[in-house]
Amino acid sequence: MKKRDLISITDYSKEDYLRILELAADFEKNPNQRLLEGKVAASLFFEPSTRTRLSFETAINRLGGRIIGFSDAGSSSVSKGETLHDTTRMVSNYVDLIVMRHPLEGSARYAAEVADVPVINAGDGANQHPTQTLLDMYSILKTQGTLDNINIFMIGDLKYGRTVHSLLMAMSEFENPVFNFIAPDELSMPEEYKLFLKEKGIRYFEHSEINDNINHADIIYMTRVQKERFMDPIEYEKVKNVYILRNSMLQNTKPNVRILHPLPRINEIHTDVDSNEKAYYFEQARNGVFVRQAIIAHILNLK
Amino acid sequence: MPDSLKKKLKLKVSAINNGTVIDHIPSENLFKVISILGLQKVKSQITFGANFESEKLGSKAIIKLSDVFFEADEINKISLIARNANLNIIRDYEVVEKRVVVVPDEVIGIVKCFNPKCITNNEEITTHFHVISKNPLDLKCKYCEKITHEDQMVIK
Repeated sequence: MKKRDLISITDYSKEDYLRILELAADFEKNPNQRLLEGKVAASLFFEPSTRTRLSFETAINRLGGRIIGFSDAGSSSVSKGETLHDTTRMVSNYVDLIVMRHPLEGSARYAAEVADVPVINAGDGANQHPTQTLLDMYSILKTQGTLDNINIFMIGDLKYGRTVHSLLMAMSEFENPVFNFIAPDELSMPEEYKLFLKEKGIRYFEHSEINDNINHADIIYMTRVQKERFMDPIEYEKVKNVYILRNSMLQNTKPNVRILHPLPRINEIHTDVDSNEKAYYFEQARNGVFVRQAIIAHILNLK
Repeated sequence: MPDSLKKKLKLKVSAINNGTVIDHIPSENLFKVISILGLQKVKSQITFGANFESEKLGSKAIIKLSDVFFEADEINKISLIARNANLNIIRDYEVVEKRVVVVPDEVIGIVKCFNPKCITNNEEITTHFHVISKNPLDLKCKYCEKITHEDQMVIK
C-alpha cells in the first residue's frame, strides 16, 4: 500500500476530513489509547515552534509512542551543513513516523518523497500547516455542531496568513459556507482564493473594518497583523489598531458565535475578550492534541 | 521573401538525409534549446543557425540533426521557450512527417521556481511543476505550491 502523508490540506478529501474529525472526538473522550506502543516517532523541528511541537509530542505520548528529534536546527546536524535530503533519509531508517517543521516552503513534500515512512507537515514556511486547519475544523464542528452553512469572518492578515487560506479551501468542501474578509488593503485576501470561491459559486464579502457586520458571524477567525509584512512602517502604524477585537464589539453578535485564533496573539484580541464565553482560542489549542492523535491514527491505520 | 533569397537560405543550411529539422525557434533561445535537448552530447552531425528572417517571429533559428529522432515527451520540453517550433522528420531527403511542439501538463526540471524560499532553490532538487495554464504559461510548483508566471520564468 502507498504510504499516507499529510503535507497539504488539499491532499485529503472531505471523507478524510470527516474520518479524522470523528477519530478526534473519540480521542477527546478517551485520550490515553496506547495505539503507538512499541513505535518511535521523529519530531524534526528545523525551526522552533513550541506550541505545535508540544501539541504533537503530547499526542504521541498519549498514544504510548516514543519520540526522538530536535527542537531547532542549531542542535541538529543541519548546523554542520547536512542537507534535508540526508537528514530525512537517515531519520527515516530509525522511526515509524516523521513530524516535521521547516522554514523553507515545499520542504515537507520533498521530505515525504525521500522518506520511506509517513511524513506529517507541521508547517513549511508560509506554505502549509494542515494539522492547524484540521484542528480549526474540529473546533468549528464542536462549537457549531456542523460544518455546513457556516458564516466565517476572517480578520487581519489575509494575504500571508496560511491558516486562513487552508481553512478557506477545506471549508469550501462543505455545504453553503459564507466568507467575510476584513483586512487592510495591503493584506487583503489574494485574488486566486477569491477566484476559487467564485468558480465554486461560494459567496464572499469584503470589508475594510470591524463593525456591526460581525453580528452575522458564526465563526470569527482572527489572525495577527505582523509588522514585518509592511513595506512602509507608516502603513503599519495606520492599520495596527484597526483590526483589534474588543469585548464591546461582541455585544450584538449571535449567541453561537465563537472566536478562533491560531495563536500566539499579540494585541489583535483584547484581553477583555478572554472572559467572554464566545472566546474559544484556548480550547481550540487544546483540541489540537486530539486532532493530532486522530491524524496519526489515520495515517498509520491504527484504528 | 524573393525566390533568390530563398535559394540562398537553402544553401546556407545543407540538407540532411535522415533526421529531424527543428524550425521556428526564436533566435535568442537557440542555445537554450540545444541545452534542454542535450544536443551537446549528440555524436551525429548537427547544423544550426540563428538570425534567419522569419515572417512569424522576425528572427528565427533552425537546428538540423542527422539520424536523431525525438519522442514527443522529449521534444515538448522546448515548448516553454520555443512556443511555435515545429519539427520536420526527414527520411531519404524527404519530409515524411511534420509535428508541432505542445506544452506538456507537467514540467520537470528546465524551469526554476520563482520563489526564493522554495526548497528547490535551496537544495539540489529537480524542479517539478503542474501546468495550470498554457497561454499565458502558469506553472504551479509541486513543492512550495506557488505559481511561476510566464514573465517570471527562468530557464535553469
